[in-house]
Amino acid sequence: MSESQSQGLPELPQPLAEQAAEVVAVRRGMFGGNGTSGDTSGYGRLVRTIEFPGQSPRPYGGYFDEVENELFGALDERDLAPELAIEKAVVHRDQLTFHVRREHLLAVAKTLRDDPALRFELCLGVSGVHFPDDKGRELQILVPLLSITHNRRVHLAVSCPDEDPHLPSLTGVYPAADWHERETFDMFGIVFDGHPALTRILMPDDWPGHPQRKDYPLGGIPVEFKGAQIPSPDQRRSYR
Amino acid sequence: MGIEEKVPSGFLLSTVEGLAGYMRKGSLWPATFGLACCAIEMMATGAGRYDLARFGMEVFRASPRQADLMIVAGRVSQKMAPVLRQIYDQMPNPKWVLSMGVCASSGGMFNNYAIVQGVDHVVPVDIYLPGCPPRPEMLMDAIIKLHEEIQKMPLGVDREAAARAAEEAALRSLPTIEMKGLLR
Amino acid sequence: MSVDVAQPVDGGSAGEPNFDPYAAAGGASDEGADAVYTLTGGDWDEIARELASAEQDEQAEERIVVNMGPQHPSTHGVLRLVVETEGETVTEVRCGIGFLHTGIEKNLEYRNWTQGCTFVTRMDYTTPLFQEVAYCLAVEKLLGVEDQVPERANVIRVLMMELNRIASHMVCIATGGMEMGALSAMIFGFRERELVLDIFEMITGLRMNHAYVRPGGVAQDLPPGAVDKIREFLALMPERMKDIEALCNENPIFKGRTENVGYLDLTGCMALGITGPPLRATGLPHDLRKSQPYCGYEDYDFDVVTWDTSDCYGRYRIRMDEVRQSLRIIEQCLEKLKPGPVMIEDRKIAWPAQLALGGDGMGNSLDHIRHIMGESMEALIHHFKLVTEGFHVPAGQVYVGIESPKGELGCHAVSDGGTRPYRVHFRDPSFNNLQAVSVMSEGGMIADLIVAVASLDPVMGGVDR
Repeated sequence: MSESQSQGLPELPQPLAEQAAEVVAVRRGMFGGNGTSGDTSGYGRLVRTIEFPGQSPRPYGGYFDEVENELFGALDERDLAPELAIEKAVVHRDQLTFHVRREHLLAVAKTLRDDPALRFELCLGVSGVHFPDDKGRELQILVPLLSITHNRRVHLAVSCPDEDPHLPSLTGVYPAADWHERETFDMFGIVFDGHPALTRILMPDDWPGHPQRKDYPLGGIPVEFKGAQIPSPDQRRSYR
Repeated sequence: MGIEEKVPSGFLLSTVEGLAGYMRKGSLWPATFGLACCAIEMMATGAGRYDLARFGMEVFRASPRQADLMIVAGRVSQKMAPVLRQIYDQMPNPKWVLSMGVCASSGGMFNNYAIVQGVDHVVPVDIYLPGCPPRPEMLMDAIIKLHEEIQKMPLGVDREAAARAAEEAALRSLPTIEMKGLLR
Repeated sequence: MSVDVAQPVDGGSAGEPNFDPYAAAGGASDEGADAVYTLTGGDWDEIARELASAEQDEQAEERIVVNMGPQHPSTHGVLRLVVETEGETVTEVRCGIGFLHTGIEKNLEYRNWTQGCTFVTRMDYTTPLFQEVAYCLAVEKLLGVEDQVPERANVIRVLMMELNRIASHMVCIATGGMEMGALSAMIFGFRERELVLDIFEMITGLRMNHAYVRPGGVAQDLPPGAVDKIREFLALMPERMKDIEALCNENPIFKGRTENVGYLDLTGCMALGITGPPLRATGLPHDLRKSQPYCGYEDYDFDVVTWDTSDCYGRYRIRMDEVRQSLRIIEQCLEKLKPGPVMIEDRKIAWPAQLALGGDGMGNSLDHIRHIMGESMEALIHHFKLVTEGFHVPAGQVYVGIESPKGELGCHAVSDGGTRPYRVHFRDPSFNNLQAVSVMSEGGMIADLIVAVASLDPVMGGVDR
């Protein structure tokens, strides 16, 4: 890698096999809640690192190896280095997820759709997740794909930072992603570049904020009883 | 307006009230405002087994201008609230609102940003029906109770007096959060 | 009379008497743009006369955009269809959704994994059990305990899902018929649905929105008498189905309204990600119960129903035949039922409480209370921790897809290792399938639009979540 650096070429990303588990958050203590007395359980010094699984070791098992081989081969044919496009391939609980870099998402999606050995015809939606503590990769989407021809499933995961919440739109490759991307925009604020009509779909058109983000409050009101009230669920003391 | 406005309070007015109430409750036409799960139970109440037609109510008018009763069946989201108000405004007097289900009555289990916490934030409600969803028999019970209210509804000078009394009572009443000391 | 014809083009600003929120902002728009008239209420002939007099200096063609608003007897729930028509022909149609958005997915982040079942049930309210099963399968996958779910629980899950499939198809046919004007179909459909709801009430305690399927199994075992009731239902249903079939299958009016209407062929389905009856109406036998079975579906003998006309009539016939296939599966379920536990063995996950039929209805099972209070300390601790804190699910994310009556219902669950879901997103089939409305109905009549939407069977609770 230092060789390419000295030659002024872009640094090749870390090879797949070395991608470690992704630290998503660090939780301290066992209780929490806004404006509450805090942790009285005695477990206040507890520190838990939340890690999502990293690159899985080959062989994955089942049809996953074949899919990865085909995909990497097809990407090579298109003159796209697989390590450039795909950060890591995670096999967790019998499900294969390719973490794709956003610049190459469209190329990967087109390959998965068109290559006869892959043929993932159905895009089953775009689902967003917000990890506020995972700096640089806060907003993540998961795109499940289904191949009816080969009866296989694969997922694509793409992430982008909060400061630059742009992802390429899959509607050119899979028109089914249209409303799903609108919903992800509505709920998370991820802007899909190239989407024909990216507007709010679930909330009213002039709604401020993006509700499903972790920094958006639940918005409930305290429940009133005779002589007392219970705060809404996000204000209560709760287990972490 | 009608004869009932001009008649002084007394035997004649109460006869007219009784007659008008009987007619009104006998064929109370609901406006279709089925939103969510409660709508399916409302449709089931109108269907064969729990027949709403025996109360004269099987005609769910699509146009609010021809309806008397708005059964708000289901959760009212923030986007739907202005539509709800517009439909309510389009209904001619006399009109009644039955909020069916806990979501319409108080927001139900969805205490969050998207649901109006009780449809009485948007329209005045005459009878609340809890349940998630309420059984068809519960809906019919609520409708029958509403029928009894409609039967007793005063007209003309009596109604003015009743409205004034209701306002006095509401101003004097204790808000729920002040009702302390009941756990004895 | 409330005719409110705003002044064309210049919308003015808020607060001015001529404010029209739908006009282009900022005054004069580009050349050739049409004047925008916003109309709310009034008599149609007056409006038409106003339009005609106003347009004398402008083009003869005026685009009329009709809003079939969220409150409508025929739009299958709170769906707004913005329809641009030329006479009776639809030139453009767009769906406006979100009127039933409940924020269920966000609410789930503040509840236990088990409490999530009660929220998730209420998304698509005609198929509550499918949502519960999808969610529980996702949770069990995250936990890694899919193989430990007892067999009886799986059989009961399949049984309840197939009963729910029958109920959902009955609602679809009933409301579809009602929207077309076939009111008897509505009465028949709801009559059959009542039979299914009686069974649900006996088993789960509720007619709808039962939080019956929990992670690890089902909440309670079948009560005595349930199997006999289901057998009675199985004996009765084929006759009842004949009623609806006799009414609709060869009915020339019904066929006239549904044949060649809402045409969506295989290319369209694949492009738009459509699954379920609309996809099977094109002839492709894609059913997740066969291709990627879950809950033991591989052990059941049933056919995947397809039709080859890709229109609304095909979808209707598929639903009727799927009801018959579901009856076959239910019969096989009853054969497969063997005595056994209905909750997972692992006491750290299994829902502890048992309910029993007491004097005043359902209540706590006294046997269970005696066990946790008198016999086993661990049981008491597990009960306490499960009910207050809930179980911890290892960090990770999964996507589970099942075949709901409307298509592929997917649950994407993300866990951060805690007792509450970090993010749960449902891929609802109706949400996806509604994208096809424009493709299916542009160029047809307004009446065909209604039939096309009804044949997709969108349930707005699932669409908006």
